[in-house]
Parts: sequence; C-alpha cells; structure tokens
Amino acid sequence: MGHDDWIELTSGEIPLAEIAAWVVRPGCGAVDIFCGTAREQSDDRKGVERLEYEAYEPFVVPKMSEIATQARRRWPQVGRLALVHRVGPVVIGEASVLIAASTPHRPESFDVVRWCIDTLKATVPIWKREIWEGGADWGLHAQVLPEVAEVPGPDR
Amino acid sequence: MPSVLFFGPARDATGTRATLIEGRTLGEVVASTVERYGEELARLMPTCRVWLNGEPATPETPVKENDEIALLPPVSGG
Repeated sequence: MGHDDWIELTSGEIPLAEIAAWVVRPGCGAVDIFCGTAREQSDDRKGVERLEYEAYEPFVVPKMSEIATQARRRWPQVGRLALVHRVGPVVIGEASVLIAASTPHRPESFDVVRWCIDTLKATVPIWKREIWEGGADWGLHAQVLPEVAEVPGPDR
Repeated sequence: MPSVLFFGPARDATGTRATLIEGRTLGEVVASTVERYGEELARLMPTCRVWLNGEPATPETPVKENDEIALLPPVSGG
C-alpha cells in the first residue's frame, strides 16, 4: 500500500494537477476525482466569504488512513488512492477536500470515491466554520461521529 | 491531571481550546467539565463523542495523569 496512498491534511492549496497525474496507474483504465469546493452560500447563509476548517489534527491522517485501508478491503482493485483535506481558511472556489482513485474499470472508481468522501465527512474530526455577511457559525448538517467500520457499503 | 480539549461548537461553548480537569474515570472528568462550563456545553453533550487519547472510550475507563480527553461535537468536514 504505502506509496499508493496519498493521505494529507494541509494548510496550503490542494495540488489538484499533481494528484491527478500521480493517481494514474498502468493497470488502471479509470481515474475518478472528487473535489469539494468552498461555496458562497449555505442554506440561509448568503454571501459566505470564506470557510475556516478546524481539526483535531493528530487524528486526521490516522482516520483518513483507516478510510483508505477499509476502501481497499472493500474494493481490492484500487490502484492509487488520495484523500486530502484542508485546515485553516479556505476562500470561495478553492478545494477544501479531494478524493482521487484509480481502478481497472470505471464503476468501482465512482463507487470507491463516493464511499470515501461520504465516510470522510462522517468520521474525520474536522469542523467547518462559515463566515458570511453578518455572521459566522459552524457548518450545518454536521454528523455525529461513527467509526469508519460502521459506515455501510459497498452493498448499500 | 488529564487535559480536556474542545473543538468546534464545544470550543465556542467553553470559550477555550483546552483545560485541565481532575477525575478518576472518563465519566467523572466529563461530568466535572460540564459542571464547570455550564448550560451551553451541557446542551451540546448529547451529540458529542468523547475520545480518550484519540479513541472512543466508555465512561468507566480510568484516566491517568497525562491522558488527553477530547469532546467532539458532530463533524462537518468536506
């Protein structure tokens, strides 16, 4: 595994192009990349200016590694797999999270990436603060932390 | 004394990132923490997960001198 996983928490911009090139493998005919980008509105919160991510930092990479391990157990065909998340301020339009996977064929690339982002959002100790015109508060639709192994899939 | 860390809404409720709180078990430390910081934290607690040194643990778990306890409100990464 090791060299075929890119797991990172970063306060800088996520290197999209570099990861897109890295994830390609000779035996894999499919690459799927999901990017979550900072959005200018959140339900009733209009004019969001930026997001600020706070993390329980020592446990973010271990949790994301656990997700990668589980993903490989569920989809053994995965070639390379990246899970990268931002911490600190993120301006509108920038990527706050990226998941990328290469697999031999496309169905499992979509499936593994979707499972990884859904599981990351539920299990990794990160909190989003939204700063908008006239207010600032924590992200809506927060999820009570389950363990990675408790997240269902691929047979949902 | 074990340290207690607060994240996200729990940090807002307590006005701090971390503190030291005495107790023999995880449950005791959490109870004293809620007592110290009051209503706003108490309202959050039913949705919070409690980790001991990075792992979920039960209230009966004994705590030691340098243990790190974290109060984790529902997460909102992504």
